[in-house]
Formats: sequence, C-alpha cells, structure tokens
Amino acid sequence: MKVKTFPHGIHPPEIKERTFDKAIEVMPPPEKLTIPLLQHFGSPAEPLVKKGDEVFVGQKIGEGTALFSASIHSSVSGKVLSTDNHIHPLGHSILAVTIANDGEDHLLPSLQGTKDPFSLTPDEIRQRVKEAGIVGLGGAAFPTAVKLSPPKDKPVDTVIINGCECEPLLTADYRLMLEHPEDILKGAEIVRLATGAESIIVGIENNKKKAFKIFQEKAKNNAAEVALLKTKYPQGAEKNLIYALLRREVPRGGLPFDVGVVVQNVGTTKAIWDAVSQGEPLYQRVITVSGNGIEQPKNVLVRIGTPFQNVINFCGGLKENVNLLVMGGPMMGVAQWSLETPIIKGTSGLLAWKAPLSYFEYSCIRCGRCVEHCPMGLVPSQLMKFVKFDNLIEAENWGILDCVECGSCQYSCPAKILLVHWIRLGKNKIISLRRKNKA
Amino acid sequence: MTNKTFILQSSPHFKDKDSVPKIMYAVIFSLMPAAFASIYFFRLKAVVMLFSCVVVSLATEAIFLWLRKKPFHSLLDGSSVITGLILAMTLPPSLSLELAVIGAAAAIAIGKQVFGGLGHNIFNPALVGRAFLQTSFPVAMTTWIPPVTAKINTATYATPLANLKFEEAVAQGTLTPLKDLFWGNIGGCLGEASAITLLIGALYLLFRRVIDWRIPVGIMVSLSAFTGVFWLISPEKYASPLFHILSGGLMIGAFFMATDMVTSPISPLGSWIYALGIGLIVGLIRLFGGFPEGVMYSILFMNAFVPLLNRYARPQILGERSKR
Repeated sequence: MKVKTFPHGIHPPEIKERTFDKAIEVMPPPEKLTIPLLQHFGSPAEPLVKKGDEVFVGQKIGEGTALFSASIHSSVSGKVLSTDNHIHPLGHSILAVTIANDGEDHLLPSLQGTKDPFSLTPDEIRQRVKEAGIVGLGGAAFPTAVKLSPPKDKPVDTVIINGCECEPLLTADYRLMLEHPEDILKGAEIVRLATGAESIIVGIENNKKKAFKIFQEKAKNNAAEVALLKTKYPQGAEKNLIYALLRREVPRGGLPFDVGVVVQNVGTTKAIWDAVSQGEPLYQRVITVSGNGIEQPKNVLVRIGTPFQNVINFCGGLKENVNLLVMGGPMMGVAQWSLETPIIKGTSGLLAWKAPLSYFEYSCIRCGRCVEHCPMGLVPSQLMKFVKFDNLIEAENWGILDCVECGSCQYSCPAKILLVHWIRLGKNKIISLRRKNKA
Repeated sequence: MTNKTFILQSSPHFKDKDSVPKIMYAVIFSLMPAAFASIYFFRLKAVVMLFSCVVVSLATEAIFLWLRKKPFHSLLDGSSVITGLILAMTLPPSLSLELAVIGAAAAIAIGKQVFGGLGHNIFNPALVGRAFLQTSFPVAMTTWIPPVTAKINTATYATPLANLKFEEAVAQGTLTPLKDLFWGNIGGCLGEASAITLLIGALYLLFRRVIDWRIPVGIMVSLSAFTGVFWLISPEKYASPLFHILSGGLMIGAFFMATDMVTSPISPLGSWIYALGIGLIVGLIRLFGGFPEGVMYSILFMNAFVPLLNRYARPQILGERSKR
C-alpha cells in the first residue's frame, strides 16, 4: 500500500509510547466544575441558567445564537453556584457557569436517540448536531453544524476522517480509533449523508498501524476507504491532509468546501454519532494527559469543565520540577498558568514537563530551514522581519494570513527565533486593522 | 490546591536540537580534512597561515563587538573561525604573513561587521577579504610555489589553470593530469591542494543537511555545460569539464563558499538560479576573461543578486494555484 503525504513539514520526536497502550479511563466527575460559555471558534453562547438553578447532565446551559456559535451543556447534575467570569484556557476571562455536582449523574430525561439514524434528512442531522453543541475536537473547535452545511454552489464529494493525530505525545484519537472504530465509521456515514458526499476516506498515520488494520477490517462492509499516511508533522493540518489524500489545493483564504471536501476529526465523528444515535450532547471528551512532568500519564474521558487540578490529581499529580503546562499538543498547544482553568471542548491534551527557561536568540542566518519546512510554502523569516518593522502590507503580500501557526518553522530554526510569535502578532495587527476600517 | 508557577510562552513548545553554533562547528569540522591536506602539502607555511587568519578574524570580531557595544556571545558561535579558515585556504602559500593578517582583518571588518555582524552581510566575508588582497597586492596574490611533496626546486610554479590559460597547456600536452587534481600535489591556494579532502568534508555537510545540495550541483552542472560545449567543439584547444570542476577554487567555492547560508538564497528556486549563475560566470572568466580563475568573483557577483532572488524567487504558497 502506498503511503501518502504532503511536501515539506518536520519530524519532531513522537514520544507517544507513554500513553500509546493505555486504554481510555473514565474519570469520575469532580465535586465542582466550571463550564465556559465560549468553547469554540465564534461568538459566546448566551447563558440559560442562573444561580441556584438545578441542572441535569446534558441540559443546555448556554444557547449559541450566532452563525458561528455552539450550545453549551451541563456535564454533571447539580446546582448552579454562579455565572461569572472565569479563567479560560485561551487566556481571556470568559463568562462561565460553575456547577456543584450532586454526585447523582441524573441524565436529562428528554434526551432521546434515533432508532434509525441513517434515515434522517441532512437538515435533521444538522439540527441534532447543532443541538448537541458539537465543535471540532481536533483543537480549532469550529462549530460542526456549519461544517456540515456546504453552500449550494459548492457540492461536496468527499468526506475525510482525520485520524492523523500528528502532534507529538497525544494518543487520545488513537485510543478512540482502537476502542470505538464502529462508532467512528457510523459517524462518518452520517457526515456523508449530511453533506451529500459520495465517498469517505479515513486518513491514519503510519505510526498507528494497529488502528489502520482495525479500520481496514471494519471498513470492508462499509463504503469507506482507509488510507495510510506518512508520519510527519503537520499531516493532520486540514489543507495539507486534503492535498496528501486527494492532491487538491484548497485556495488561499478558502475552505475545504471550495474543493468539495469536508474534514472531520475522529473524535468529532464519534461525537456526531453519539449525538445522532443517542441524543447525547457533547459534555465529555477524551484527552491525553502526558509529558515528563505527569506521574501517571493516561488517556482520560473527562467531563467538560473539570479543572486541570482534578485531572492532574487523577493522573498521579505533577512532578516537583515541572514549569510548563500546555493545553493541546506541544507544537500548537497553549501554555497555561493556572490549575483552576477548566477543560474545554477543544482540549485534546494536558501536558506538563520541565522546559528550558529561555534560549539565546541569534540573528537570522538565512539558512532557509523555515522555508524548507513550512507546509504552506511561506517564507517565515521574511514574514518575521516584515512584522518586526511593522510593514504589514508586505507581510500580507507575502501570505502571512495563510500561516496556520503549526510551528514547523520555529521548531527547525537554529537561531531560536520566535517566528510563530512574530507571525501571530502580525496577523492580529492586520485583522484588527481590518475591523477598524470596517467600523 | 498547590501553588505552582508556570512559564508562559507561545507555541511551539518543542525545538530542534540544531543551533547556529552547532551548524558553524559542523562547517569547521568539515574543513579539517582539507586543512590537514594543506599542512601536508605546504608544511609550516600552511600552519602559520591558517592559525594567524583565524586568530586575526576572532580579534577583529572582538574589537568590533566592543566598539558596537554588542554581547561577546557571538564570538563563540564559530562564524569568525570559519571566515578565518576559509580565507586562509584561499590564499597562496607563499603569501607573507602581514598580508594574510590584513586580509583577515578586512574580511571581518569590511565583509561582515560594517553590515551589522552575523546574518546581515551581503557578501561572503572571506571572499571580501580575498578580493581586498587581490586588488591591493595583485603580484603577491598570484605568485605560487610548488608543494613540498612535489620535490621540484623552483621558486615559482604555475597553477593548473594558469598553465591552461597562459601556456596553451592543452595544445602542448602539458595539462595537469586529473589524477593529481583529485588527490593533490599541485600548485595553488592552500585549500585547493587536494579535491578529495574537500569532497570528504562536503559529504559530511550534505549528510548533516547543513548545506543546500542544489548549490554545488547547480554550479557544477552549469560549469560543465558551458565548458563542455567548447570542449566538444575543439578538444585540442579547451580542457574538459572534469578538469574545470577539479581545478582551482571550484570545489572549495562550490561546497564551502557559495553555500554560506547568510549570503545564499533562501528558497530552492533562488538557489538554483544563484548556482547556475555562478557556474556560468566561472566558465566565462576562465575561458574568455583576463584571469585564469574566476570562482571568487563569480560568487561575489551572484551574492549581490541574493536579496533580489529572495524577493522574487519565493516559493509557491499552498492554494496559490487554485481559484476560489
């Protein structure tokens, strides 16, 4: 079988072995948890509960009203303690609902599954996915209902199920693929029905051969094709994955719809199946807790809103010398400063280790490694210089907005320049200027 | 809850182990076989020359860092050592020590520090030093002595390329054999003494992915194509492409000087244009120019184009080809 891939990219150390063979453990919900009302790409949800209200597991506590928004559900049963601003993993302080767990785990009685999910119409599927508050679980947390609504003039022919998990250390998606392959394949079929696509491709990286074999076996009585991809970062980046599997280039500034493709992460696909078949909203997810600084690395099924501290305690606690806590993978994850921060829908991992405090930053020696490794074909060192000298027009001409912030350039930079940091700064400046000009 | 402090930094949180000093020391290491070969062929003269050029380069760098109030950290990154080493290897072994010292100081001062130090220079610093000497002391820079191992007792000795240019060596049948060019034992600059030792170092750099393979390949392809045409038309007058590749400063230039990261293009397409240009100009100078050798000037000439190449030969962005 031919192994598919994309040009450029890097090979960081994988370090997946610590949690590779560990089955998903269910973590008991904590006594108190805090659920932020913004856990996705877009506008925050409106709170539906107030202090003192009794809530069930799966009860909607925040309503997503805008187009790019998603509903939020309670992940335990109990009493609402407060709706107040709380630390958010992405660094802002966001309105959040704090709930005291009564320990009963009463499921909302009105939650209902469907007898034959495959007979649903696309609109019914989208409605259920929207009701369940599903967002992309790969990290970007894009509202899934939007992703299932291709515009009329852009028909979708292929559904790609992203099982790459190219970030080092993370194994949550891998474990899901091993333990719930049928649910994922059924979810993929639902995505296919919702988008009107013809074919399904499941893309799995070479270092997850076991998952690949299982899917090949299970997909026999299914229409899905299972493709093996080279282990390379960022193989799971949407545009690179589409190129690797189909040799189609998503136009600059465009969406996968533009080339007739929808990409869903395996975790999202399973969540879609759970929502459609069981009526279960997204109130828990699988994360990898790993890194040198974690005593007992694990793959854990956690309730959304569980504070980091409880998750870490469940995994044996932090080691003494830990100085870096990251939500997500080591390449694109966000550094955290507080253990009170809650797990959100987009949390794929919680990692901790001892990192060097700083590096001596040399001048750029124009070695070209950032160019060699950039999966988007950009010139990161040049973008960095444009941003440094506030030349935003040139930065835009050189494609700064095409950057996906995968970190391949900064990883490979021998001068240890904070390339991604500068590029992010430039992107933010350009976007805020645009907003100002619009207003 | 335990109170713990965490560092906040932007992603990525992983970094490759390679660093600027590691790259520089790899280049120094790769120059060692050729340096030892030059010592074997020219004995004490080579030792003195290599040593003094490196010391003067470091000293000049230190003085400039002190004047510019910059951290001395960059003294240890190895880049000035490379400049000194490469300069020494491009000098005739008969050159007097004072001139070598002037060359090394000029290389760092004019070639590197006036632009702002490592990473900011346009031209290869070692070649700037050499060009400075070539224009200031043309006679001393073109006086050659035979290697000690040649056991010839003459004061002066022509390089294989000078022999080719001024003595009509092809017609006379006195062209230096390829075997000698490859293994050594010829007249010329210190680093030109033996092609094989340069090749060993270059293979190490290619294997470690320190240098861009496109540059040496591009230079050799275009030089071979250019000289090959003339050789095929009249082999009784022109030397073969292989002779051109193995003689003079082509090997050390293609592998160690044109590939200097700071002064070579950043994109693959740029590298190809740059390399093909160097090879073509070397061929032009050697066949039709006033000098027997043209590697130095052709690299400096193409260095000047690098900012332009970086601007216009940039890679294609994913999605640039398709329409929305």
